[in-house]
Amino acid sequence: MNLWQSKFILQGIQEAFVKLNPFTLWRNLVMFIVEIGSIITSIVTIIYIINNQSYSLSLQITLWLWATVLFSNFAEALAEIQGKARAASLRSTRENISATILLDGGKSETVSAALLKRGDVTVINEGEIIPGDGDIIEGTALVDESAITGESAPVIRESGGDRCGVTGGTKLISGKITVKITVNEGESFLDHMIGMVESAKRQKTPNEIALNILLVSLTILFIVVVFTLPAFMRYMGMATGISILMALLVCLMPTTIGALLPAIGIAGMDRLLQHNVVAMSGRAIEASGDVTTVLLDKTGTITLGNRMATEFITAEGTDRNGLMQAALYASIADETPEGRSIVALAKKELKIHGRDIRQPEESRFIPFTPESGMSGIDLKTKKIRKGAYKSIEAYIKKSGGFIPDEIRRTADRIGLEGDTPLVVAENRRAIGLIRLRDVVKLGIALRLAQLRRMGIQSVMITGDNPLTAASIAAEAGVDDFMAQAKPETKLEIIRKYQHQGQLVAMIGDGTNDAPALAQADVAVAMNAGTQAAREAANMIDLDSSPTKLLDIVEIGKEILITRGALTTFSIANDVAKYFAIIPAMFAVKYPHLGILNIMHLASPSSAILSAVIFNALVIPALIPLALRGVKYRVTTVSSLLQKNFFIYGIGGLILPFIGIKLIDLLIALFAMI
Amino acid sequence: MKQFKISILIFLVLSFVFGILYPLSMTGIGQILFPKKANGSVVFLNGRIIGSELVGQSFKSPWYFHGRPSVVNYDASNSGASNFGPTNKKFIDQVREAAERVKRENGLPADAKLPPDMVLASASGLDPDISLESALVQVNRIARVRGIDRPLVIEILNKTREKQYFNLFGNSFVNVLKLNLALDDLQKRK
Amino acid sequence: MYYYDIIFITSFFILLIISSVLLGKYMAGLYDGKRTFLSPVIRPLELFIYRLCGISETEEMTWKRYARAFVIFNATGIAFLFLLQTAQGFLPLNPQRLPGVRWDTALNAAVSFVTNTNWQSYGGETTMSYLTQMLGLAVQNFLSAGIGMAVVLPLIRGFISRESETVGNIWVDLTRSVLYILLPLSIVVCLVLISLGVVQTLKPSLIAHTLEGAQQVISVGPAASQIAIKQLGSNGGGFFNANSAHPFENPTFLSDLVENFSILLIPFAFVFMFGYMIKKSRQGRALFMVMLILFIMGLGIMLYAEYQPSPALTHAGLAAPVNINMEGKETRFGVLWSALWSQSTTVTSNGSVNSMHDSFMPLSGLVQMFNIGIGEVIFGGVGVGLIGMLFYVILSMFVAGLMIGRTPEYLGKKLGPYEMVMAMISMLLPMIALVIFSAIAISTAAGISSLNNPSSHGLSEILYAYSSAHGNNGSAFAGLNANIVFYNCTLAAGMLIGRFATILPALAVAGSLAKKKIVPDSGATFPTTGVMFIIVVISVIIIMGALTFFPVYSLGPILEHLFLNELKLF
Repeated sequence: MNLWQSKFILQGIQEAFVKLNPFTLWRNLVMFIVEIGSIITSIVTIIYIINNQSYSLSLQITLWLWATVLFSNFAEALAEIQGKARAASLRSTRENISATILLDGGKSETVSAALLKRGDVTVINEGEIIPGDGDIIEGTALVDESAITGESAPVIRESGGDRCGVTGGTKLISGKITVKITVNEGESFLDHMIGMVESAKRQKTPNEIALNILLVSLTILFIVVVFTLPAFMRYMGMATGISILMALLVCLMPTTIGALLPAIGIAGMDRLLQHNVVAMSGRAIEASGDVTTVLLDKTGTITLGNRMATEFITAEGTDRNGLMQAALYASIADETPEGRSIVALAKKELKIHGRDIRQPEESRFIPFTPESGMSGIDLKTKKIRKGAYKSIEAYIKKSGGFIPDEIRRTADRIGLEGDTPLVVAENRRAIGLIRLRDVVKLGIALRLAQLRRMGIQSVMITGDNPLTAASIAAEAGVDDFMAQAKPETKLEIIRKYQHQGQLVAMIGDGTNDAPALAQADVAVAMNAGTQAAREAANMIDLDSSPTKLLDIVEIGKEILITRGALTTFSIANDVAKYFAIIPAMFAVKYPHLGILNIMHLASPSSAILSAVIFNALVIPALIPLALRGVKYRVTTVSSLLQKNFFIYGIGGLILPFIGIKLIDLLIALFAMI
Repeated sequence: MKQFKISILIFLVLSFVFGILYPLSMTGIGQILFPKKANGSVVFLNGRIIGSELVGQSFKSPWYFHGRPSVVNYDASNSGASNFGPTNKKFIDQVREAAERVKRENGLPADAKLPPDMVLASASGLDPDISLESALVQVNRIARVRGIDRPLVIEILNKTREKQYFNLFGNSFVNVLKLNLALDDLQKRK
Repeated sequence: MYYYDIIFITSFFILLIISSVLLGKYMAGLYDGKRTFLSPVIRPLELFIYRLCGISETEEMTWKRYARAFVIFNATGIAFLFLLQTAQGFLPLNPQRLPGVRWDTALNAAVSFVTNTNWQSYGGETTMSYLTQMLGLAVQNFLSAGIGMAVVLPLIRGFISRESETVGNIWVDLTRSVLYILLPLSIVVCLVLISLGVVQTLKPSLIAHTLEGAQQVISVGPAASQIAIKQLGSNGGGFFNANSAHPFENPTFLSDLVENFSILLIPFAFVFMFGYMIKKSRQGRALFMVMLILFIMGLGIMLYAEYQPSPALTHAGLAAPVNINMEGKETRFGVLWSALWSQSTTVTSNGSVNSMHDSFMPLSGLVQMFNIGIGEVIFGGVGVGLIGMLFYVILSMFVAGLMIGRTPEYLGKKLGPYEMVMAMISMLLPMIALVIFSAIAISTAAGISSLNNPSSHGLSEILYAYSSAHGNNGSAFAGLNANIVFYNCTLAAGMLIGRFATILPALAVAGSLAKKKIVPDSGATFPTTGVMFIIVVISVIIIMGALTFFPVYSLGPILEHLFLNELKLF
């Protein structure tokens, strides 16, 4: 979405004027004071004009002061428009949708989606738009969520699991589902998001509040400094006009950051949205910049989530082909990813590509049950079983066979290496093992290394045994892991880390993640997750991508960096403005102080005007930066600080000297004064 | 209320320790260990107190080396400075006046450059010292008035002068009272 | 400057830093409740005092109780001192039959000594009886210093404690400060000073018959015991009118070294103590570097200004040796040691002088006023100086800390809106008040009639007076006659604002920090020991000071400097 279209610009300008209303502007105290200053200089200028005094300087100062306020309003308006435009495109999909509500007693009624209430149960048929956020209570569906996520591939949602959540505005491609609406109209996160980008409704975050306190305090200080100045000047035999004092005040006040602060916050929300993350509060975004620990589920986040067969190991006296054949038969009807990976590996090793393998006749597939701990197949001549060592051992012993010691040792060794051994038994004899390995996702190690460079430790949570966990942890490069974790362990771990003072982030989707999400400082729920998880979280990832945390942390940091950078810039700017205005005010009476006019500005009037103009123009000049954010690059803290300090601190010191001088030259060129 | 009581009690107790015990015991120990110094480093001449070697005194007669200008006129029951700012016209006028006087008293040419401490008032008004340069400016006058040879005056000056850092390094200055006493001593012996 | 000047001044600082590191370690142990080598002697006295006053050594206070006790203790001191002065006419130990002190002078002096300012609008010998001096003013030298040392401890504890409600016990902190630190050091310094010629006697004034036959009355008194604590405790109130320029207060170069050393010792040590107490001595060293660099910068400017011959003096026919700007300076100290003292006394809120600040070159005056005006944070007064610096650090972390992409924190404590409010009050309220008071003074007849110097320098005199009051410094451009109702009252108000607006917010922040968790140090936290941190804090201090004072300074010292260069006199 290109923000710099004339449509947006025009709308921004229009809103900039609307925002002049002091009753709304007072929320931004710094700009409110600038507006009061503008009003005062306007009155003074009018009096000058009436009294036929020379008013040119006063008039120009007044115009630029008004421009300062307008530029500030424009920045805020532009950020809002950007966010609203994104939200509006989402919302438009929901208009004119009707919903079929199931009433008690089996009847149904068709109402507008806007009238849906929490608890309503609606039926959605193939091709319809889902009317509101809710959980599927019946049915399985293929849903196109591209309206929200931009992702074109449809996703599967079904009742009863952790993937039962649907979002209003998305389209049902196939299937028929019954959905229980979980939020009232106006409370869905789309509505929430729209609220977040409207500054009037936006709650200030603690850091924004603190920064505002700083800005307001500095403003008070400068008011005192500027308005006591006439007393000292009178003692030294000088006088000055109110317009010039106002000009000095506005130049000294931290108007740059004051003007852009709301825009930075709004733009931050919008940037999250670009990454398909909806934040439920600004506070959460800020906290994400501070995260020191991230909790990652092993399955699905770090690993692909499926253990794959990687090796066949024969027992002594067993034919390797026989083992593979047996494994193949045992797995042929096993639709689990593990089973399929065994089939694939066996086919590859046996070089039987493409040849169709069918379940032999008169065979019976024995599915996996938790009690038996194994699965297999009963053929005419033999019974083949595969399963964990313990299960197979029990099975064989029961039928009077024995397991060679070698098998046990090999199973232990595979376990020690962090993989999972599957023992294959034929009748009463263990004939070999299959090594199953959890495969780490491509590129995850790199991202975790990045996290570490950002000073964030990663903790892997898994239900696996410690050995398996350690092996995966080492391969992926996580800093810590928690093996044999039950769902409730997550909550304990979060509490433990928080007690150490860490700020913990986690991604969750299941209902049993909800308590942990509620406890975590930054809690991201996957959009596909259950309603409980989404309610407990403070951010929702529309893509349901488990590695999204990294982007979120980066955006959080960028918002904070942008604030810090512009504050530093704004304050550093004041030095140059002093050097422009102070000599201009004093040097008429005391030419000695002309030595402070190090920029050699043409005249006192042009010096003051240049400073005011620079002060105003720097706001629109920095709008793109405020909206885009200061880029965060993963690097050491010291070099990051150094870079930003030099750019915005030292740069903020030097740039206005150049800027004011150039403006002064232009003023002289066009004889504006 | 409890804090109020503690506050008053501890205030009284500490007042006793620091207002009475501490100064009195320091006075006692000081008087025992360093009786001369503790009582003001008094200089006696023929059994009479003629001053303190640390405190400057007023010398007006041509017979003696003169000290620095003093705002309190070397009144050692008082002390103080001019507190003139560097751009105060009155200050610079006084400096010019003093310079005129010093040049006149010592028979110096009108364009002579004077050592600053000779015409600038000290901080305490009781500065016992002058710089060596200021003493040298006065040597001719002393020799003339006292009728002794200039080298002799310089010799005494050299004997009396001190260096700022433990008398080893630094700018030389001289204690005016000690210098004048040494001069008187010399002439008495003659 | 000559090579030996540089050798001396360098060795002075090396010795000072070594001593203050050792003292800092000792103090950290003391305040942590460990036994010290002095415990065998002092512990019984300490316990005796606790028993006598009903203090429970193990009782911990919340910040609010701590603050309330602090206010009560100060109010007690002010009330007692005020009554003692106004009633001295009816009290014993008043051989000169001095009447009760005028109300406004008494109020000013009471506030001044209790707030550790020791601004003196009166002449000591002619206003205060012996009883007032001993039981009133001298006692406050210890108490105001001791309480100033105590109140920084809650803030330090706030950084170390985790989720705690309490911040320490003010009475224990006070008692330990005065008994284990101030008293032993004062005894040593006092005896050394006596051995160098500082008077310590109860005998009457000496009557001397000078060589020229005139009579000279020489004031003496128990000066050494008071001078020791006035330097050690950042007090600065002189025994004699000329303060430490007086030969009996500061008789030799060596005594000058000892006293200058005493001025800086405890303020230096506090910074190191901070590092030891938080168990991160590198943090203490980083703050020390910030202060030392600012100190050296100021000293450099001052030495440059003082070694430049004043054009007015060369024009008046004076030679231009090294020590040319000797107006208001003593021969035995010369320009160098006067400037070092001046820098030391203005940065530490000590306020004693061995030369007259009013007569320094304009740019030196600028440095002096800046040191005080930024709130006495370059080492600063005992204890409270560290508070001021920590507030600047908090501000720096707010501005620059964001630039690493984290919400501001310092030493693992997150800094939120509450800390920001308190830092702003502590930092800006004194500055704002000082500018407003100065503006009022310069606009009123009462204010201007007291000036000793016209034009720019007069403006500087007023500015300096209010800076000194708000910074609790106590030194003066002494030409200003401040003993009138207007100045006595406004300066007293300034001193109260300077004291309470620094300490009460510090206690509030202490309470808030103590409750917080400590975020463990990770690779992502702002490195508060590095060069960048030092640069950032220094920049913030200089910019804050410059932004506040640039307009007035340009009309005061800067303009005067330019006048002087063009030989424009008033």
